[in-house]
Amino acid sequence: MAALAIEVSDLHKSYGPLDAVRGVSFTVERGEVFGLLGPNGAGKTTTVEILEGYRHRSRGDVRVLGHDPERRERRWQERIGIVLQSCGFHPMITVREAVEHFGKAYPSPRDPRETIELVGLEDKAGARTKELSGGQRRRLDLALALVGDPELIFLDEPTTGFDPAARRTAWAVIRRLKELGKTVLLTTHYLDEAQSLSDRVAIIKDGAIVAEGPPGELGAERPRYRVSYTANGKRVEHETEDPTELLHRLTGEALARGLRLEGLQVSRPTLEDVYLQLTTEDERA
Amino acid sequence: MAWAQFRLERRLFWRSPTAAFFNFVLPLLLLVLVASVFSSDAKELDVLVPGIAGMSVMATTFNALAFNLTALRELGILKRVQGTPMPAASYLAGLLGSAVANAFVQIALVVVIGHLAYGVDWPHNWAALAGFTALGVTCFGSLGIAFSHAIPSSDAAPAYVNAVFLPVIFISGVFYSSDDLPAFLDGVARALPLKHVIDGLSGAIVGGSVDMAGAAGVVVAWTALGVLLAVRGFRWE
Repeated sequence: MAALAIEVSDLHKSYGPLDAVRGVSFTVERGEVFGLLGPNGAGKTTTVEILEGYRHRSRGDVRVLGHDPERRERRWQERIGIVLQSCGFHPMITVREAVEHFGKAYPSPRDPRETIELVGLEDKAGARTKELSGGQRRRLDLALALVGDPELIFLDEPTTGFDPAARRTAWAVIRRLKELGKTVLLTTHYLDEAQSLSDRVAIIKDGAIVAEGPPGELGAERPRYRVSYTANGKRVEHETEDPTELLHRLTGEALARGLRLEGLQVSRPTLEDVYLQLTTEDERA
Repeated sequence: MAWAQFRLERRLFWRSPTAAFFNFVLPLLLLVLVASVFSSDAKELDVLVPGIAGMSVMATTFNALAFNLTALRELGILKRVQGTPMPAASYLAGLLGSAVANAFVQIALVVVIGHLAYGVDWPHNWAALAGFTALGVTCFGSLGIAFSHAIPSSDAAPAYVNAVFLPVIFISGVFYSSDDLPAFLDGVARALPLKHVIDGLSGAIVGGSVDMAGAAGVVVAWTALGVLLAVRGFRWE
């Protein structure tokens, strides 16, 4: 069994004159939660839909669980689960019927009742899908992706439209998948979500990856620490690559003048800072 | 898997009152209303019963599949299915099978009501009735799937479907013998499949001098075109 769940090298996708994806390369290890981040139209969904077997690539090499997704082999499809960005249900089908029915397409499905419990829909098992809220529909999407007990799960913006409590529940489900040894490819708009769930993330912009690594180390090559304090009732902020020297100078001056640096804070760059820095560079320049 | 899909579709069909109405109640209502007007005239009833039967074949397959596939595509259900190991052929067979079951049930209802309420004789040739129904549903089923590719959205589907269905049933001899039509319209009707399905059903139900082989030939030709277009143009999303 290959150690890599996903291998993408030099992936290109053009729609006519538009290059949606231009030279994306990354790998995802088995058992890893990998986050794909980027603004709308950056090429996230195109990339994921190529990996899921929905779209043909223009150029490059792609291996998902050792197979070429374009061939859409049934044995391969049995091993993956897909949560698409938007995807409906028959309005008259009940949650239990949908989960049971989709389970029949797989050789060794999970128990439907257990799957429904896993996503926290047991109270709605008998409800028709037209009666479900947006968040509940999304959880049913997740249940349908999990009922085949896949090794690899694609989650395209799985928590969009969730309230904070529902998001926490979904996060717990994704962590549980990781504990079960599943591989997860997650695309999301929510940086806290990527930071909290992913082992590694890649930021994609204009069809190319601009940064990749564990969320805590991303942008480590040029860290910008933020030092802030309150002086004369006003908040002062400095950004620096070396907070040691700056702190030494600031505290030295304050001591010399007999002042206190109220509310002194030193913060490391968050994923959000790195993300904003990388994805809005053009606009700033 | 096709069987599981078929059973699910049957269950879901009965939960949608509009679908049940258009598939079953409307054709039967037309049968009862028009038959009541002509009930004294056995010759008119011999035209009407096969006519309503043919219309039912078209409504339960062509109309229903054109509506359903457009909705399934728009809702993203086709895309979801495409992402699972469920074979596309099984899925479509389940959908098609459900439409075909409706067609057979409806033909049976039309024949039974025609006999019990209006004294129309039992079908002259049951095997030919089953055969022509099967031919008709395959033809209109494939054309319905093909037509769904041309319909841009669920909102537009009723307009698209009725723009085809209503003129076709009026010129194909559903309510009156198409012999009474102007030559030009009769020519159009003869080029289309419904008139031939009705002729075949008429030969099976009423008997008489019907060119069964000729009628079947036209229906088969349309089926070939329907299957080709249904497969060629298929869009999952």
